[in-house]
Amino acid sequence: MSDNTRSEALQSQYLTVNLAHEEYGIDILAVREIRGWTPVTRIPQAPGYVLGVLNLRGAIVPVIDMRLRFGLEREEYGATTVTVIITVAGRLFGVVVDAVSDVLDVTPDAIRPVPDMGTTVDTEYLKGLTAAGERMVLLLDVDKLLQPHDAQMLEAALPAASDVKAVA
Amino acid sequence: MSKAGLAQFQQVFIEESLEGLDTMESSLLALDEGGDGELVHTIFRAAHSIKGGAATFGFPEMSSFTHEAESLLDEVRSGKRAIDGAIIELLLRTVDCLRGMFARAQAGEPLNDAVAEGLRNELAAAMRRGVPATALQARRDADQADAWSIRFRPHAGMLASGNEPLRLIRELAALGKLQVTPEFDRLPAFAALEPTECHVGWTIELSGPVKRADITGVFDWVEDECDLTIEAKHVVAEVAAPAPTPVAAPAVADAGAARAQREASTESSSVRVSIDKIDGLINLVGELVITQSMLDTFREGDIDAERLAMLEHGLGQLARHTRELQESVMGIRMLPIASVFNRFPRMVRDISQKLGKQVKLELVGEQTELDKTVLEKIGDPMVHLVRNAIDHGLETPDKRRASGKGDTGTLTLQASHRGGNVVVEVSDDGAGLNRDAIVAKAIQRGIISSGEGMSDDAVAELIFQPGFSTAAVTTDLSGRGVGMDVVRRNVSDLGGTVTIRSTQGKGSVFTITLPLTLAIIDGLTAAVGAERYIVPLVSIVESVQLKAEAVRSVVGGGELFRFRGEYLPVIRLHDAFGCDKAIHAIEEGLMVVVEGDGSRVGLFVDGLIGQQQAVVKSLEANYRRVQGVSGATILADGSVALIVDIAGLVRMQGRRKAA
Repeated sequence: MSDNTRSEALQSQYLTVNLAHEEYGIDILAVREIRGWTPVTRIPQAPGYVLGVLNLRGAIVPVIDMRLRFGLEREEYGATTVTVIITVAGRLFGVVVDAVSDVLDVTPDAIRPVPDMGTTVDTEYLKGLTAAGERMVLLLDVDKLLQPHDAQMLEAALPAASDVKAVA
Repeated sequence: MSKAGLAQFQQVFIEESLEGLDTMESSLLALDEGGDGELVHTIFRAAHSIKGGAATFGFPEMSSFTHEAESLLDEVRSGKRAIDGAIIELLLRTVDCLRGMFARAQAGEPLNDAVAEGLRNELAAAMRRGVPATALQARRDADQADAWSIRFRPHAGMLASGNEPLRLIRELAALGKLQVTPEFDRLPAFAALEPTECHVGWTIELSGPVKRADITGVFDWVEDECDLTIEAKHVVAEVAAPAPTPVAAPAVADAGAARAQREASTESSSVRVSIDKIDGLINLVGELVITQSMLDTFREGDIDAERLAMLEHGLGQLARHTRELQESVMGIRMLPIASVFNRFPRMVRDISQKLGKQVKLELVGEQTELDKTVLEKIGDPMVHLVRNAIDHGLETPDKRRASGKGDTGTLTLQASHRGGNVVVEVSDDGAGLNRDAIVAKAIQRGIISSGEGMSDDAVAELIFQPGFSTAAVTTDLSGRGVGMDVVRRNVSDLGGTVTIRSTQGKGSVFTITLPLTLAIIDGLTAAVGAERYIVPLVSIVESVQLKAEAVRSVVGGGELFRFRGEYLPVIRLHDAFGCDKAIHAIEEGLMVVVEGDGSRVGLFVDGLIGQQQAVVKSLEANYRRVQGVSGATILADGSVALIVDIAGLVRMQGRRKAA
């Protein structure tokens, strides 16, 4: 097998989305569907970036705002605002982004490590970056979006809190 | 077969075997009470299937263990051995031990443990004890030899029944050294060869000290499908059967513990559905499709009065079919409560023997159906109630005689449908609740300051308080510090209630009321600001509109209001859930009196919009648990509404106050 075909075999596709004038890539295999923004039902005690839940053909799916997740300013939702439904480890969640733009073919050798500075995003959620023509695309690590440290800590704290009653 | 494929069959095998074990247990118990000989056959068949299945699905330890029990049963079955209490006891423990093995098999742990080893020895010892005369005859026919010659010629159709000669030979190989010579004399010409048939036979020389029974055991499943001759080539000199060594009975695994373990691992198992229910569903779906295509014709053409009438008719039909379909699908989840009741004969027998009490167990309404999820979770609370009834409720024969009752106490488990609920009653004709003892205990525990003026019902309620246990001496049966409060909490987690009715000297009745299903609840839609929440109807007592001055603030930030002579705390839903633009003024909103976790509170909302059936969806599937929310549902407009968990809210409020 030649080098060329091998890298083609390993090539993966990324859906690129716009967020605060930057372009991010989401592994297309994790994308379940793209839908226009529709209002969601707020959930109590949720972190600020979790907007609420929506009904995806009978499944209750949490939706997070990517701008808020990355600590950016909230933007008014407009005609191009979309919810990208992502599935990670059998769980579904939606992310709200400014717009979707393209699908990119990326070979592994075209992915560069993320330098520690220069983006508005915490590098923890990035897998790497790649070039698409003149543009730079930041590749997101979707696994980490919904289960960041704070949610895990919250989860861990909950059972402990519910024990309080038994003791009291 | 691939590993994953085998695992899938293993799961089915384990489920079937657990059913088989249940059969064995109930038959053994029936036999203990003097049942007929047919029961022995039933028990034998169950053991036999488990043994064969275990060998096929890769549990050799289990197979050989069951084999010991099967041999014993075989002698009983063929009349060579009389069954007695000791054997029944031994076999019952074998059933427990097998359950443990299955639980370990599911958890992927090693199957054998000390208990299994000990029981295996006991079974072998029981076999040797009083070897019947006919068995001696068999021994002369050499059932133990150093070398065997086996001629195994499968019939042509053996493969079709799912039996594989290679597997059998491998099993033989596990017994000793093999030398296998194939016989091709039946092999047809190539053109006539039928690849799905078995044409080859084998002559197998097996060397090693092997029992005949072990060899026939291998071929048990194919007896009718092959020609088999087994000859001993080198008979071992008659060995005197070793004296039955008294095996120190290892602590028998507590049946309850083994079962709890098994339940934990089978919670997400499958449901068996009767073919009638499936057929009913198919019919309904057919109807639905017809209605849909009928409605489809209205896409084109104008709607005039006549067609409008048809359209209305069609929509009516659609509504009816949808409702029927919903009911039928729910019906699939419904199983008879017998599966829970069936564990009790054994438990009652064990406990009453231990305590020296005579108890007659009566089961009524075992065919009452309820949701599988509810069924799985109702077992533990019931076990607790039954234990309590025998331990605390029913008296010893002496005491019963002294109070003019028969020696044998009666414990009744009764299930029935009442409205949209299932009612399960655990009743005994024992001593009933001792009012004075309860009051004294409650005072000692600081739950109340004095019992004066308390109604009997109010006193009975005290036993549901956390940390309450009335047994003068705590035994290992009840009084482990887990009390009736846990029973109540478990039942209320299922959306049900527990109440008690007791007459001193006559007995007590515990009544558990459960919803038919957890998948659909009746709820009232409450508005809070722009948001909608579903409040389960079962937890609603009533709703009242209050004047502002009816609600008093108390020190520490809480609010109270007076309701039918009681002061109830107020939970403002907009506060608890942080809703915007909600009504804050008491006189403008609505106070819904709700009951959860055994206490009543006032839930303050903007208003109630209407009643609806809510299909409960899980929030945890994609998100996580949210305090005070038991799930979500989808409203008619497709949006999501959260279902309020009253008990959770009460706990939340309690914490907030404590903080």
